[in-house]
Amino acid sequence: MQRIGVFVCWCGSNIAGTVDVRAVAEALSREPGVVFSCDYQYMCSKTGQDMIKDAVREHKLTGIVVCSCSPRMHEQTFRKTAAAAGLNPYMVEIANIREQCSWVHKDMIVGTEKAIILGRAAVAKVNLNSPLTPGESPVTKRALVIGGGIAGIQTALDIADAGFKVDIVEKKPTIGGKMAQLDKTFPTLDCAACILTPKMVDAAQHENIRIFSYSEVEEVRGFVGNFDVKIKKKARYVNEDICTGCGACVDKCPMKKVPNEFNLGMDMRRAIYIPFAQAVPKVATIDPSACNMLKNGKCGVCQKVCTAGAIDYTQKDEYIDEKYGAIVVATGYDPISLEKFDEYAYNQSKDVITSLEFERLTNAAGPTAGKLLRPSDGRHPEKIVFVQCVGSRCASCAEKGKEYCSKICCMYTAKHAMLTRDKYPDTEVYVFYIDVRTPGKSFDEFYRRAVEEYGVKYIKGTVGKVVPEGDKLLVQAADLLTNTQMHIDADLVVLAAAIEPDKSARSLATMLTASMDTNDFFTEAHPKLRPVESPTAGVFLSGACQGPKDIPETVSQAGAAASKVIGLLAKDKLIGNPCVASSNELMCNGCSSCERVCPYGAITYENKEFRMPDRTVKVRRVARVNPAVCQGCGCCTVTCPSGAMDLRGFENSQIMAEVDAICK
Amino acid sequence: MQKVTRDILVKRASELLADGTVSSVLGWKAGEFDYDVTPATFTDTESLEKGFVWSDFSAANLSKYLVSKTKSAEGRILVFLKPCDTYSFNQLLTEHRIDREKVYAVGVPCEGMADINKIRSICGDGIIKIDCGEKLTVETLYADEPFVVEPSEVLLEKCESCKSKKHVAYDELLGEEGEVVDSSRFSEVERLEAMSADERFEFWQGELSRCIRCNACRDACPACTCEVCVFNNPASGVETKAPSDSFEEKMFHIIRAFHVAGRCTDCGECSRVCPQNIPLHLLNRKLIKDMNESYGTYQAGETVGASSPLTEYTLGDPEAGDVLEGGGKNA
Amino acid sequence: MQVKEYKPLIVAFCCNWCSYAGADLAGNNRANYPAEVKIIRVPCSCRVNPTFILRAFQKGADGVIICGCHPGDCHYTSGNYYTRRRMAMLFSMLDFLGIERERTRVEWISAAEGAKFSATMNEFANTVAALGENKRLEDLRCKK
Repeated sequence: MQRIGVFVCWCGSNIAGTVDVRAVAEALSREPGVVFSCDYQYMCSKTGQDMIKDAVREHKLTGIVVCSCSPRMHEQTFRKTAAAAGLNPYMVEIANIREQCSWVHKDMIVGTEKAIILGRAAVAKVNLNSPLTPGESPVTKRALVIGGGIAGIQTALDIADAGFKVDIVEKKPTIGGKMAQLDKTFPTLDCAACILTPKMVDAAQHENIRIFSYSEVEEVRGFVGNFDVKIKKKARYVNEDICTGCGACVDKCPMKKVPNEFNLGMDMRRAIYIPFAQAVPKVATIDPSACNMLKNGKCGVCQKVCTAGAIDYTQKDEYIDEKYGAIVVATGYDPISLEKFDEYAYNQSKDVITSLEFERLTNAAGPTAGKLLRPSDGRHPEKIVFVQCVGSRCASCAEKGKEYCSKICCMYTAKHAMLTRDKYPDTEVYVFYIDVRTPGKSFDEFYRRAVEEYGVKYIKGTVGKVVPEGDKLLVQAADLLTNTQMHIDADLVVLAAAIEPDKSARSLATMLTASMDTNDFFTEAHPKLRPVESPTAGVFLSGACQGPKDIPETVSQAGAAASKVIGLLAKDKLIGNPCVASSNELMCNGCSSCERVCPYGAITYENKEFRMPDRTVKVRRVARVNPAVCQGCGCCTVTCPSGAMDLRGFENSQIMAEVDAICK
Repeated sequence: MQKVTRDILVKRASELLADGTVSSVLGWKAGEFDYDVTPATFTDTESLEKGFVWSDFSAANLSKYLVSKTKSAEGRILVFLKPCDTYSFNQLLTEHRIDREKVYAVGVPCEGMADINKIRSICGDGIIKIDCGEKLTVETLYADEPFVVEPSEVLLEKCESCKSKKHVAYDELLGEEGEVVDSSRFSEVERLEAMSADERFEFWQGELSRCIRCNACRDACPACTCEVCVFNNPASGVETKAPSDSFEEKMFHIIRAFHVAGRCTDCGECSRVCPQNIPLHLLNRKLIKDMNESYGTYQAGETVGASSPLTEYTLGDPEAGDVLEGGGKNA
Repeated sequence: MQVKEYKPLIVAFCCNWCSYAGADLAGNNRANYPAEVKIIRVPCSCRVNPTFILRAFQKGADGVIICGCHPGDCHYTSGNYYTRRRMAMLFSMLDFLGIERERTRVEWISAAEGAKFSATMNEFANTVAALGENKRLEDLRCKK
């Protein structure tokens, strides 16, 4: 049996004005378990708190009910008071007789009656409270960043600068991501490589950063502060530590006809290659699908010419096991496939290209050395049509496109149009758009410049069809403002393809038990208040994996994610919330319902042996809640058919006792 | 009469026992009368030959028995599953209640099972023998001549509103596979929805007041496999032994229906086994209908590993009020 | 003799993060609602087990209302979405059993909606009062 003390606060006249506090204290003194009851002007004052502490000692109280203002106001205060008096802080319950009683009712009789009932409910609950102790878990002071684009690089640099170890895992042979493929960046038009490559070098040289390039995350176990991750370092058949990146092997490789993915297949690379000049790490990689030596043992030229002796045809995939305290997802985006957009003739004509391909065509390090030439015949295009929202904002064509706005296309198209007109003023440039969305710093000014200074022809309307005819592309479109049909004989059509999360994100989310939306973007722990955290504790989001973003936004989110990681890694141990779910394994069916609804992936299952009364041993699948990950929402408790799952601090029996007390 | 005969089942079971594929057989045996066929386990050919029953009264859904059998039995268990039973089987697999490795599931086509109450309403009391041939031949104590009854006229409710003649799971199928049936199983629910709240209350009061809390519905239900049932658990706050007033009559059935919501395959066992003939399946069917209409068609047990509508959500789900407005026709 | 006016007993389950705070705000703004509305604090609306609701009716509540964060605003990201489905199904089944649908309610009330909290409670209490006492889901043994 509990020994409960009831403390009724007057809150000056805030409560005492409408509630007969003395009558409340008197009525509650007769409730089961109550051994002491009193009232006082200000319970939260030092004197009030001292009264509570004294009563705890004097009456050997095991539980406390404070009838006062909202628990959202002073629950913490009174829990601390209880703790100071040697009582478990979770043996305190608050009856909210101010906000939810005295302030909303005017009549003293009514107010007093309700206050007594609310007090009774709190007493009924405390009678069933048990002391709760928050769990503690250690923190591994190392972070993992998955993805080595600008988001991952920035996050890693920020964490490393704060003094913590960081590993970047990048699936491609080099870090740099999409930004490395871009030419200039809006709205300032500085060259992407000039601002990105120094950061790549910084990351490579940072004493706290390790880069696992050409590597993938294979397996993730554990939870916040204590992740165990298996990383697969794919065999690149070149010893990274020895390779100097001189490029002699690349020059001599006889296999010259491999589509170059860095230039989106617009030119060829060798079977052994370095993706681009400023690659980090600058080491060669052999493409096993193209290399004759690896395919049929005939060649071996690169090994012969490598003076460092770095080529190793026998290299195998290597697995690295490492512990991490925090994981940052920075897996980025890809343009969607335009296979299904037949109306734009993307598959029929080489001169219908995506915007990313256009970036490569205008990039000095691209396939045309920066000269804007048609992919089909190398001629300079005189009329270019840019089509916006190809697959974006496409609610009606959900099977091929995306419902959302890809956000970056309006700005990069303005950039492309402007740069084209700047470099080749003789070119006619059309942009077809649904809306032009430019809500960023200096963004609208940038777009206005494209229209007003550079004479880019913006047409509100949609392109219905692109038909290749001869060496022209017949573009049929509608101008919605003048309500006229347009026919343009274009030389080049550039499609602003929607962007979507990288394909690897879905399987990674499963490994991390991190949730995703229907578009495979990672969801935030809270869309407004916790935008860089995943609902899964210890997993953070950086960049476009969370939603379409431009570079400045990505970098600021990367910094925000880093600061959250630093905040986590700065702790030596994590102290949990003791009000978490727990499963009574004797009752658990192991049916997995709870796991399905848990937003945090806090529930796992194990096969447990049970010794039966007849001395046999039965193995049963039972749920296990990780208290370090559970946030205490209680969703699992209701979905559990057997009632095995309960929530500490808000147990079924406690809530039921409150209901009983209120309805008595 | 069932197209695949008892002899075929017994023969196949005997073979599988003999070649060691299975060590026991979960089937049906005779009760006191021809019509109270009950689930039974057989471990040898002799007892199969002697006791195995496959007739128009082998209605019991055997999938639930696998929960305890797969935990205790050595070796694999042969289980005969009618099409509707395979849905329950899959659902139990989804919930990790059955060890699939330990089961050898033999699908048996089903022509529908007979309802003894309907036979009684034709033949009267005192039934002493029923021969399940092409037609049912029913001998009673009081009639000189046996009654000849058309099986299709005395189908169980669950068979009248059969949702599928197609097995969704088996290791081996005897006879020919059927199709998913487009039944009008929600018509009775719709009839009740069209009533006023007062009429519905009257209806259910009449039905549920007959409940004697024998727990047969729970014990036969393949979705009710909890290690500890909330109604047996003093800590649950809803523990009851017998309905002492109209509240408890309702509470038991509301909680039970909600507990199996999204997991109920609509196998109809609850109503079949109810000794008071309460149409309990209507509660489950109402939930299934609501879920289908509100969240998209979902058939529990259709595939292993599917997530029930109540463990899923979409951002655009209808509000509770909207579901109510779209549900019953009368306020 | 003065007949005591019938006042329906309302149990309101409020999630800690939005609706309970909304109720606090109603208090701050002195936005009155009937004293027969009694609030039980739960961490999230998804913590509300149907058995709590039945228990309330059993013990004499005349109406039960579940209040949570607006869809999309759940502190736990998805709890209220599950609540929405569960309560829609539960309340529809109660309605199917002939229990007046006006006795049950789900409302989304944010921490900023003190006025909405008070208005909702006034309106709900009036609706329930019009129905009179809960007879269809009462446990006679629990009557005073």
